[in-house]
Amino acid sequence: MDIRAQVSSVFHLDKCIGCHTCSIACKNLWTDRRGNEYMWWNNVETKPGTGYPTQWEDQDKYQGGWERVGSQLRLKQGGKAGTLGKIFHNPNLPTIDDYYEPFTYKYEDLTNAPAGKDQPTARPVSMISGKPMKIEAGPNWDDDLSGSNIYAANDPGVIQLSEEEQQQLFAIEKMVMFHLPRICNHCMNAACVASCPSGAIYKRGEDGIVLINQDKCRGWRMCVSACPYKKTYYGWSSGKSEKCILCYPRQEAGEAPGCFHSCVGRIRYLGVLLYDADKIEETAMKADGELPAAQREMILDPFDPQVIAEARQSGLADQVIEAAQNSPVYKFVKEWGIALPLHPEFRTLPMLFYVPPLLPVLSVENNGTQKISDDFFTSLEQARLPLMYLAGLFAGGNQDEIKAVYRRLIAVRMQRRAESVGDLSEEELRTARELAGLDNEALDAIYRMTSLTRIKERIVIPPMLREQAIEAGMDPEEYKQGMGFGSRKAPKRRW
Amino acid sequence: MVDMFLFGVFPYMALVLAIGVGIYRYGFDRYSWSSQSSQFLESKALFWGSIPWHYTILLILLAHLLAFLFPASWGALLGAPARLIFLEISGIALGLTTLIALAILIFRRIGNDRISAVTSKVDWLLFASLLLQVATGVYIAISLRWGGAWYVHTVSPWLWSLVKLNPQIGYLTSLPGIVQLHAVNAFFLVAIFPFSRLVHVVSVPLSYLGRPYQVVIWYRQRRSS
Repeated sequence: MDIRAQVSSVFHLDKCIGCHTCSIACKNLWTDRRGNEYMWWNNVETKPGTGYPTQWEDQDKYQGGWERVGSQLRLKQGGKAGTLGKIFHNPNLPTIDDYYEPFTYKYEDLTNAPAGKDQPTARPVSMISGKPMKIEAGPNWDDDLSGSNIYAANDPGVIQLSEEEQQQLFAIEKMVMFHLPRICNHCMNAACVASCPSGAIYKRGEDGIVLINQDKCRGWRMCVSACPYKKTYYGWSSGKSEKCILCYPRQEAGEAPGCFHSCVGRIRYLGVLLYDADKIEETAMKADGELPAAQREMILDPFDPQVIAEARQSGLADQVIEAAQNSPVYKFVKEWGIALPLHPEFRTLPMLFYVPPLLPVLSVENNGTQKISDDFFTSLEQARLPLMYLAGLFAGGNQDEIKAVYRRLIAVRMQRRAESVGDLSEEELRTARELAGLDNEALDAIYRMTSLTRIKERIVIPPMLREQAIEAGMDPEEYKQGMGFGSRKAPKRRW
Repeated sequence: MVDMFLFGVFPYMALVLAIGVGIYRYGFDRYSWSSQSSQFLESKALFWGSIPWHYTILLILLAHLLAFLFPASWGALLGAPARLIFLEISGIALGLTTLIALAILIFRRIGNDRISAVTSKVDWLLFASLLLQVATGVYIAISLRWGGAWYVHTVSPWLWSLVKLNPQIGYLTSLPGIVQLHAVNAFFLVAIFPFSRLVHVVSVPLSYLGRPYQVVIWYRQRRSS
């Protein structure tokens, strides 16, 4: 076994209110520069919706992620030779219009305009060319516009639903939406790393954070098309690709990443997962629907003495193993089994997991209603999102994964209802627990972790042990091939 | 005197600049070492410009290089009329394609506000120089027939005399002015190489083919105990 530690996350979608505070925190920290205005390393999408960039989930269009070719795993945009063959022009690269053209307004016109009959206006101007422009898209342009024929109807996840399921989504009184915050998934089998011709993108061994060495990046842009989540961005002014760095400088100082720290709904959990790196390729080769389970299988129990011994053998520090034992992410993903990866079928083995939104969920399967729990206000019968839609998002189309999660979430709610209102029979509770496969203690723990915990329990940052880093005695850029960016020089072209 | 400078001194100055400034830039400002792609801002015209441009210019440069390195073999290759005519025609065709592709790339930068915003003065200088180079090249190929053949008796020995640090400018002074312009502008391109986006030509990422897909870098010694 080759055990590695990874700083991983869970986003609890039932708690996300779509306020974009995370996006703003990230923007102010990292991407408030020329050429990066359009970049949102953290963005919050409205689902069903087309997302950012438009229809990023449609890999027939963008050719991101991996595919199985015989017994081999290959980048969907082409193997290594295929990738190099696209070096003069990458046909799969999104352009700025797939995101939006950044704009500002000529505010000085408001005060400098000569006296006249009309109100002066501040015309919008492009932040690329500086010329007047017509604004046709912007950050979160489709915010809360689910149910529309422009956005929700073109969601790649909606398009694949049955006619009946689609109709239900757009029925006037059944329209539904939830928010999907997205950052880089810091994948175990990252497609961006694999696609970089320069070898500039790498995964940090100690914590699994995926970074782009800005001095090594030559701007070939293969990572932008290879990442199926479209979470590497091309800086059109610097000619470099940049991506979420999981705020590693903050984490190394013991602070939560900006988007985690600022989250108003406290939906974000961060902690260490231990995994067996020898199993990466084998796991990524599994069938679509088996991927979530296979990925869980890769994640190891940090309390198992054998795992601990192997982890030490693999060079993990005791403090890191201890952090893995306190990891809320481990609890969500493995112990309770209520968090799933986003689009596992892209086969990058993403290490950011989502607790799917419980309500409103429509329990429709094979065009028929299906009863999952006994009648209750949180039952799946009264919910409105097709299970298939959620299965397409979080389980490679495997509805059983989604149902298993919902049975657990419903059991938690029923147990809380019994405790606080007391109108549920022990019989009903027992059935819910059995369906969920969790005991009262676990249900209590889920409730506690979801609602009551403070930041130190939600965000368990492992000691990054910088004092032990080789670079203490060596030139850090020489050894580590450079940091994320801007550590010694401003990220700006001088030539 | 002017000839001596242009054909005997300037090539060396260009090479010293290219190597010296190139090393300086790579060492102290590696961040800028790329061709700063603009595909993200405009993709369609780039497709019709960039792809033909790169493939044809590479083939043409290869022909120049082979004829310079192996003049005897190159001369023998062109010994038969059929091969000479084939090479002459394909050379002209490649040259014309290069010219059209370059024109597309230049108009793309002039006509598109977004692309103009990311085009620097050095870019324009480079474009002007490249346009001059390709245009004179195509003109020479068409007007001064059998360039493939006379190159090995004129330009190739001149280049070799430069390599041997004993510049024989007589090889060039006897050639038409347009060829002299082509030769000097070639070294001008060498001279502006380290200052421009041309640096990307020495960063062809062929090592990608040999490395594993995943790259993991540790900041500590991994198994210290």
